[in-house]
Amino acid sequence: MEAVFRTCPVTGLKVERNAETLIMFNAVTSIVFLLVGGLLALLLLLTRWQAVHLLPADFFYRLLTLHGIAMLVAWIVFFEMAVLYFASAILLNTRLSVPYLAWGQYGLMVVGAAITAVTILVGQADVMFTSYVPLKAHHMYYFGIILFAVGAILGVCVFFATLGAARHEKTYVGSVPLVTFGAIAAAIIALLTLAHGAIVFIPTWLWALGVIPMMDPEVYRLLFWAFGHSTQQINVAAMISCWYLLGTLTVGSVPVSEKFSRSAFTLYILFIMIASEHHLLVDPGISTAHKEWNTGYFMHLAVLASMMHAFSVPAAVEVAQRKKGYTKGLFEWLKRAPWGDPGFSSLVFSVVGFGFLGGITGVIYGTEQLNIIVHNTLRVPGHFHATVVIGTSMAFMGITYYVLPLIFRREVMFPGIAKLQPYVFGTGMFVFSTAMMFVGGFGIPRRDWDITGAEAPFPVAYGPTADLALAVMAVGGLVAIVGGAMYILVAVSTVAIGKKINR
Amino acid sequence: MSIFIPEKHWWRDPLDKDEKVWLAIALTTSIVLTLAMPYWHVTQKQNPGSEYYKIKPDTFDAATDRFIQQYGVKDEAGAIKQEGGIDVVAPPPGDVFVRGQQFKWSPVLKLKKGSEYRIHLSSIDVLHGFSVQPINMNFEAVPGYDYVLKVTPTTSGVFNIVCNEFCGIGHHTMVGRIYVD
Ligand code: HEM
Ligand SMILES: [Cu+2]
Ligand SMILES: [Cu+2]
Repeated sequence: MEAVFRTCPVTGLKVERNAETLIMFNAVTSIVFLLVGGLLALLLLLTRWQAVHLLPADFFYRLLTLHGIAMLVAWIVFFEMAVLYFASAILLNTRLSVPYLAWGQYGLMVVGAAITAVTILVGQADVMFTSYVPLKAHHMYYFGIILFAVGAILGVCVFFATLGAARHEKTYVGSVPLVTFGAIAAAIIALLTLAHGAIVFIPTWLWALGVIPMMDPEVYRLLFWAFGHSTQQINVAAMISCWYLLGTLTVGSVPVSEKFSRSAFTLYILFIMIASEHHLLVDPGISTAHKEWNTGYFMHLAVLASMMHAFSVPAAVEVAQRKKGYTKGLFEWLKRAPWGDPGFSSLVFSVVGFGFLGGITGVIYGTEQLNIIVHNTLRVPGHFHATVVIGTSMAFMGITYYVLPLIFRREVMFPGIAKLQPYVFGTGMFVFSTAMMFVGGFGIPRRDWDITGAEAPFPVAYGPTADLALAVMAVGGLVAIVGGAMYILVAVSTVAIGKKINR
Repeated sequence: MSIFIPEKHWWRDPLDKDEKVWLAIALTTSIVLTLAMPYWHVTQKQNPGSEYYKIKPDTFDAATDRFIQQYGVKDEAGAIKQEGGIDVVAPPPGDVFVRGQQFKWSPVLKLKKGSEYRIHLSSIDVLHGFSVQPINMNFEAVPGYDYVLKVTPTTSGVFNIVCNEFCGIGHHTMVGRIYVD
């Protein structure tokens, strides 16, 4: 597999064939999982809307497990692999090192995800993506996850090897670009995190095989979230790299201060494992002092980092716009922004949704005392649909509109639909997440097929306001699903039959 | 641009005033938020407890059975009364046991307003979520751990204990009850 290059006419970057191919495979696969997860989202949504209550109980729990895996694990991580290859090989004008390892990454992740998904679908893993012991899934469920994780580790290794080769072969001089720097932060966190993942999943797999005794359930929770929470930090770092990337691609923005932005990325690396205990605030087994140490001081340095980016990304856009002459008043730069460019509108939704809806609620919900009224209610999925869907997923969707012409070299199909897509998806998701947090305030549990207690010894009622809010949540969710379908339509049809750009 | 190599010596460029101001605001916010938790813990009354003991699920199971035998509400024939198929217990102030298992919370508790109780919460199989509704207080029931929640009911009425940690296909059928009068 020797290196073949072409030069991108838009950015002037040298694009190597292997890197390009692997970006395409990972991106397409991630979108396939988004499609699967989105179809499941529709079924789950229509079930949680108590007035419709579509699925039977066992299917609901089974498909909820799969929705978590298909979305949070497969869609996000496959896309991140594409981001890593882009930020290393493409941005540094170099070839992808050890391409066969990169194919190993792809193969293992596909096989792993498929094994896990099938195990769930045949009803052998009704455990949710958290798989808290002592609930036990078939051992193939854990095996699939382990394969997937090993694949992801290979991808991170290829990324670092490519960086090393670029440095060695002097394909660039000085420091790496900011987007690459952010990707390095994500990749370092990924390595540490995946090591934690191994500590959780390998013993659990061996336990499911009957080889070793079960891990203590609270130790499992502690380790699971040390892994699971930090993986969210990978998503944040990758998302913010995409913010800077989108800023440059859409309005030609330049980071206001490289020092400021890079320091913020560094904070993520330094404070990653911390804050993971906000999942355990109302658990036994951990002392108050430990919980407060873990979720207090250090967590807020990661929050500090996010606040820094939340300042510097819009600031960079403003500076770039003002340079173009949009200087009237305070807000002409914003008014004259390319709102019709789906890359730009996705960026705005992502920044605002992540910051104001996801970030602020996260900080509030992660407080020891308030967590008592939040833990395991619908407030929690409400919060993380704001972070990981409006934030991360929309950033990735926005990038797609540039990956299609630049890497797939095809004209984006249905530009009218593409233009509207971020507005439909973003607005729907805003309503969905906000309403979900609101109903969570009534104490309605997450992951719950029936909230009326119809089959329980005692009936439960949350009142008419809660029922109404559930309906609002459902409507928001439906709009978001339409927006998701628009994205998939544009992406898939462009990849399949879009007009080739011959330059 | 974010996708190109930065200028040399980027780390020497000074920060603008705007950035410095924002950094100060962000740092202050972080410090305030950080101090809020311990501050509330000391000054406010509602905190997740930190008293817990390791206990074998069998031992906890037996302790709950003894508790039910000791304080169960008896009918004329001397048998313990049941509601929804679950034993009803009216304990004196002090130690109270709440046992989670697939898919049942037991016993049904009759508590007195204003009395102090030490609820021993645990599970004898998988994780369960102890969610008291409609006051919406949520705690985790973990097998192997006896989690002590110090509770003084301040309102009388009927409260459901909804399981809010997924515990299997019958998860949504797991509803228990507490009466306070
Ligand atoms: C089209 C938009 C989407 C809708 C309408 C939707 C809807 C839902 C619903 C109704 C639930 C069940 C909540 C519960 O009962 O606890 C759920 C759970 C979840 N969703 Fe989504 N979702 C969407 C997109 C996504 C995306 C893009 C991601 C990830 C990137 C995602 C990640 C999750 C996760 C991790 C859970 C929790 C699963 C669990 O509790 O085990 N969702 N979603
Ligand atoms: Cu339960
Ligand atoms: Cu349950």
